[in-house]
Amino acid sequence: MSCSRRDFLKNTVAGAAAAAMPACSVILRTPDEAKAMTEGSKVRWAFLVDTEKCVGCGLCVDACKTENEIPYEAPVSRTWVERYVVTRDGKTRVDSPNAGRDGFITGEIRGEEIDPEDIDKAFFVPKLCNQCDNPPCVQVCPVGATYQTEDGVVLVDREWCIGCGYCVMACPYGVRFFHPVHKTAEKCNFCYHRITDGKEAACVQACPFEARRMGNLRDPEDPVTKVITNERVQVLKDEYGTKPHVFYLGLDEKVR
Amino acid sequence: MSSDLVVHGAEWTVKELFVYPNEFIYWSIQIVMYPYMTGLVAGAFVLSSLYHVFGQKDLKEIAQFSLVFSLALLPVAALPLLLHLQQPMRAMEPLLTPHFTSAIAAFGIVFSTYGLIVLSEIWFVYRGYFVAQVHALRDQPGLGNRIRRLVYRGLTLGAYDVSEDAIAVDHKAAKILAGVGIPVACFLHGYAGFIFGSVKANALWMSPLMPVIFIMSAVVSGIALCMLTYIVIMEWQAFRNRRRGGGTQASEIRGAEADVIAKSTRYLLGFLVAAISLEILDLIFRGYTAMKSWDILRSVMFKTDFIKIFVLQYTLGNLVPFILLILPGRTIKRTVVALLLVLFGVFMMRWNVVIGGQAFSLSFDGFMHYHIPIVPHSVETFKEGLFGALTVISMPFILFWIINKFVPSLDRDIETG
Repeated sequence: MSCSRRDFLKNTVAGAAAAAMPACSVILRTPDEAKAMTEGSKVRWAFLVDTEKCVGCGLCVDACKTENEIPYEAPVSRTWVERYVVTRDGKTRVDSPNAGRDGFITGEIRGEEIDPEDIDKAFFVPKLCNQCDNPPCVQVCPVGATYQTEDGVVLVDREWCIGCGYCVMACPYGVRFFHPVHKTAEKCNFCYHRITDGKEAACVQACPFEARRMGNLRDPEDPVTKVITNERVQVLKDEYGTKPHVFYLGLDEKVR
Repeated sequence: MSSDLVVHGAEWTVKELFVYPNEFIYWSIQIVMYPYMTGLVAGAFVLSSLYHVFGQKDLKEIAQFSLVFSLALLPVAALPLLLHLQQPMRAMEPLLTPHFTSAIAAFGIVFSTYGLIVLSEIWFVYRGYFVAQVHALRDQPGLGNRIRRLVYRGLTLGAYDVSEDAIAVDHKAAKILAGVGIPVACFLHGYAGFIFGSVKANALWMSPLMPVIFIMSAVVSGIALCMLTYIVIMEWQAFRNRRRGGGTQASEIRGAEADVIAKSTRYLLGFLVAAISLEILDLIFRGYTAMKSWDILRSVMFKTDFIKIFVLQYTLGNLVPFILLILPGRTIKRTVVALLLVLFGVFMMRWNVVIGGQAFSLSFDGFMHYHIPIVPHSVETFKEGLFGALTVISMPFILFWIINKFVPSLDRDIETG
């Protein structure tokens, strides 16, 4: 059979087009995407902090350290409580001694005694990992040791983390640190081992005033979901596009 | 605090005002060394390519040297990364399970690609020499010569054809590799810039200009280090020749050297101007747009780190050597001083980016000060202290000394590509 160059080129183009047709009609999806499209996770964990209710007792920090085996004396913590004191002269003083673990029992703030008469407002703000929907820490991990579960919680695999610290740098909220014993990246995971077992997170359980609560955003009947959807809530640093999932009631504009 | 309770970073970080509890200076001296050494590698290679690709004949002497020197620098660029890892035994994981959304996941791939290019270019440039050595050492007595011949036989990889055609192919291959190597070298270092520039959480780092600034300053530092090392070695050789009574040869070396230095200096100045312009542009842009982070950045730049940025980096490290190099009647001594200052300036730039980027809290309400561990009292304070940095800085010279025993990059009498 003879085949001119023109015929050969024509046939090649036609053949390639025919071969590409079925490929066009198929969209490649990762297993995760496919699963999400067909069934989807029934759970999306979210956290609700009511700053109006927090008294800065520090029981949450204490409970977290114990539950998650973060050395008690180490100056790092998965969660912490900040105290804000705004005085009449317009200055804002912030502190979180020992991550707020021992409570705020004196009026002294960073070595300065403030006259109660001078205070315009003062409040406490608990902080923890925001379990972002677009987590920069997951994006930058070079080995995939930190990852997001389908119910929205970001976890760290201590067996696989190389300890490069890129995730620590990438988190705009400063929640990550190196575990003093395991020498791997560490952060709050909403007590994943507890919540997936039907229990409350250690800090939620320890809080005497219900300033910390957790719920499932996919369940419209969940009381926490109802607050988040019906009340005016705020998140921290949304300008980074991280889509944080720790929601705050009564958040002041001074909070950083 | 007991020894098993060392919080990484707490040792050398001093906090001021309000800093989040978990914030410390996590990326310390070794992460300053990483872009510094990578920059030197990339710069050395670009200098050598100026001859191999663009045919800048008067750069031949320094080009050969730079090529071999960039090979000596190459393994050392990865060393700081290894030293800063909290789990150094897992260092190969980014190659085994790379997570490609991370800017550092591809480091191993980019780095090895670049390494292969440098290695093969050197092989093509020196293959003729390797073959000649195998023949020359054939009947030489002594165990040392036998071992050397064995090494050279290995280095030829069995390719003994030194006909004109074969050598011409070698030259062509070296030229192509040098050409491909330039974008790869720039990528290797631009990539280091991207690692920092893409961190959106860090107000100082986040800038699309970061990779370009890194490339420019990389070339500046690479050229400066090659020139400096070249001058020192040439002066040493001249000094040795004078002691042996070879006076005329010494002056010849001096003459040849001056041409190379003059030409390299022009390139150095060009890249220096580009680097400084971009850095100043970045600074002006930040001030003009005055985003939320500008208040804290301004206090870091103009107050806490003023000396490091404006006095040590811009004035002593950029302006002074610029003037020294551009004034007429330049002598070798003045050049050496200027080159040392340029190298210092680029180091300070890396320091001010890496440490400066961690000098303020993410709360924008406090500062962190870095106190580099001098006397080590643990593995960590050695690795991430002054002696760790000195180890890294001295490695390329040791490696070069070894490599140069087999690949004589400073010998003019050898005919190479």
